[in-house]
Amino acid sequence: MRIFSLFILTILLNLNFAGAAGSKIDIPKYDWSWKGFFGTYDRSAAQRGLKVYKEVCSGCHSMNLIAYRNLADLGFSEQQIKAIASDSLVEDGPNEDGDMFEREAIPSDRFANPYPNDNAARAANNGAYPPDLSLIVKARPKGADYIHSLLLGYKDTPTDFKVPEGMWYNKYMEGHLIAMPAPLMDGAIEYDDGTEPTLEQLSSDVTTFLAWAAEPSLEHRKRLGIKVLLFLIALFILTYISKEKIWRDIKH
Amino acid sequence: MSSNDLHGYKKTLSSPYSGVKGWIDSRLPLIRMMEAEYLKFPVPKSLNYFWSFGGIAMFCLIGLILSGIFLGMHYKPSAEDAFNSVERIMRDVQFGWLVRYLHMNLASFFFIAVYIHIFRALYFGSYKAPRELVFIFGMLMFLLMMGTAFLGYTLPWGQMSYWGATVITNLFSAIPVVGDAILLTLLGDFTVSDATVNRFYVLHWLLAFAIVGLVVFHVITLHMTGSNNPSGMEPQNWDETLSFHPYMTIKDTKAMVLFFIVVAFVLFFFPNIMGHSDNYIRANSMVTPAHIVPEWYFLPFYAILRAIPDKLGGVLAMFGSIAVLFILPWLDTSKVRSCLYRPIWRICVLLFALDFFILMYMGAKPASDIYVLISRIGTAYWFLFFLVLAPLVGYLETPRQPLTISNFLRDKKALT
Repeated sequence: MRIFSLFILTILLNLNFAGAAGSKIDIPKYDWSWKGFFGTYDRSAAQRGLKVYKEVCSGCHSMNLIAYRNLADLGFSEQQIKAIASDSLVEDGPNEDGDMFEREAIPSDRFANPYPNDNAARAANNGAYPPDLSLIVKARPKGADYIHSLLLGYKDTPTDFKVPEGMWYNKYMEGHLIAMPAPLMDGAIEYDDGTEPTLEQLSSDVTTFLAWAAEPSLEHRKRLGIKVLLFLIALFILTYISKEKIWRDIKH
Repeated sequence: MSSNDLHGYKKTLSSPYSGVKGWIDSRLPLIRMMEAEYLKFPVPKSLNYFWSFGGIAMFCLIGLILSGIFLGMHYKPSAEDAFNSVERIMRDVQFGWLVRYLHMNLASFFFIAVYIHIFRALYFGSYKAPRELVFIFGMLMFLLMMGTAFLGYTLPWGQMSYWGATVITNLFSAIPVVGDAILLTLLGDFTVSDATVNRFYVLHWLLAFAIVGLVVFHVITLHMTGSNNPSGMEPQNWDETLSFHPYMTIKDTKAMVLFFIVVAFVLFFFPNIMGHSDNYIRANSMVTPAHIVPEWYFLPFYAILRAIPDKLGGVLAMFGSIAVLFILPWLDTSKVRSCLYRPIWRICVLLFALDFFILMYMGAKPASDIYVLISRIGTAYWFLFFLVLAPLVGYLETPRQPLTISNFLRDKKALT
């Protein structure tokens, strides 16, 4: 039995190591609303985050896995979603004459792309491709902590550090060089709900929004998870008692 | 109807049941067989919870096949659509996220269960006569499992899928003469591409069901010899055995529920903990990830591959590290099965388990000097363990052994 527990413990410990390859940069940990067993996305932060995305990020970054209708998750009403969608133009067609045409987006459309294709995106950004943000929080080790840190990481360049033309220093980027100029600063946009738009606030709001975009099923998953665990634990108690009862008279 | 020996084995039309059950059973003796093999089947009294992992592995396999069927209904095996179809499952399909995370995590837990199962076989000598074939069928399944997992990991078409597939398939080009032809056949193209994902999808299904087929052989061979047990002794009389049902069914169910509590905990609260974040980036043949790492369950073998400086040598070492397991029943010269009574071999086996974890850790690290050096020592011990220690320790050590399972149980009781 000792061997048994030791073996299982080692496996579990090792799984943890196996995931952690590489980086030496220390990413600070933040306390996000969706952490923990009962975590949920802070709706007002995510709604503000959408505004940050629309007014700042969406100039370069696509989010082509997200549809406007998905915003209902964040507490937007049908009218609000229609209004948000209609701000963007998407290509549709061909129409009866065989021509492509532009129209206002509707809730079932995916978020409109800032560029017609990847090459256009590269051409407009010094050859660097602004990644799609739909999954960005899940596509980076340390996820939301990393995105938030990165947005706050445009610190003063250390004196002995050379930054080439078209690149910027970022404390948390691998290699400390990033092609994206600092996208956010204090007061970059105005919030409708009167929240003070500090850099810290803008960054954590947009990170909340991006975290939701990467994992919209998180709340459902955790709610269901609690129920499943409770069920399994109850089942375990029953099997435990049954086992004791069935084996009671067995000398072993 | 009388029994006859016409074909050299006992065949009878008379069933112990009557009515419809008897009618079916006398023509298709499945009910009789299930009763004999799963209800009354005698197992040693002394089994511990290590013996639950075979059943647990089987439930993982069933879960993987069921979730796989539903994933297959929505997944599109093409370079163009694969990544987005997985995201569609995650976002738009009702409970799609659950099915997908279940499939993804069960694959990992299947490996955890199987690794514990294999360790059990090594520690208590379950591979030794007369259970050599049980072990060999098990190893065949392990091999197919690794193939299935590798093929399956390619399907979401993320960066690690693509580059993992590129690195691993490239190994085949190291085989002299036919290597390039094998590579071309496997990929269906000169690089990992649309054709690759399509055939990998078909092969992923094929191998999964081949495993199911081998489970049947694994179980048939096991039921010929009966289970091994911690004492390593065969039961001498009925008193040393229990019927499979209800004793083992309830014990295994208890273990299984506990195992699936862990599965559920990871699945619902840390579903991506065993994955790699790069796989949420769509495959891009123009961008190579900084570190290409396989899934955790391949890491020990990946470390062995990288430990050898020569490409062909690395491939041979990697496949060799699994091949030696197949001949272990004949490499081990000891008459005694269980490590509990083999003081030297016990240390060798525990060191082997440690070696496995060290190699796993090394496989996740970049291939720099110190890590490669440790990988080499680890690889050396791996082969030393099978090729030298297994035959040698059998001769050198003086094992102790209880005379019967009853003795073993009495000793155990005295100890605790």
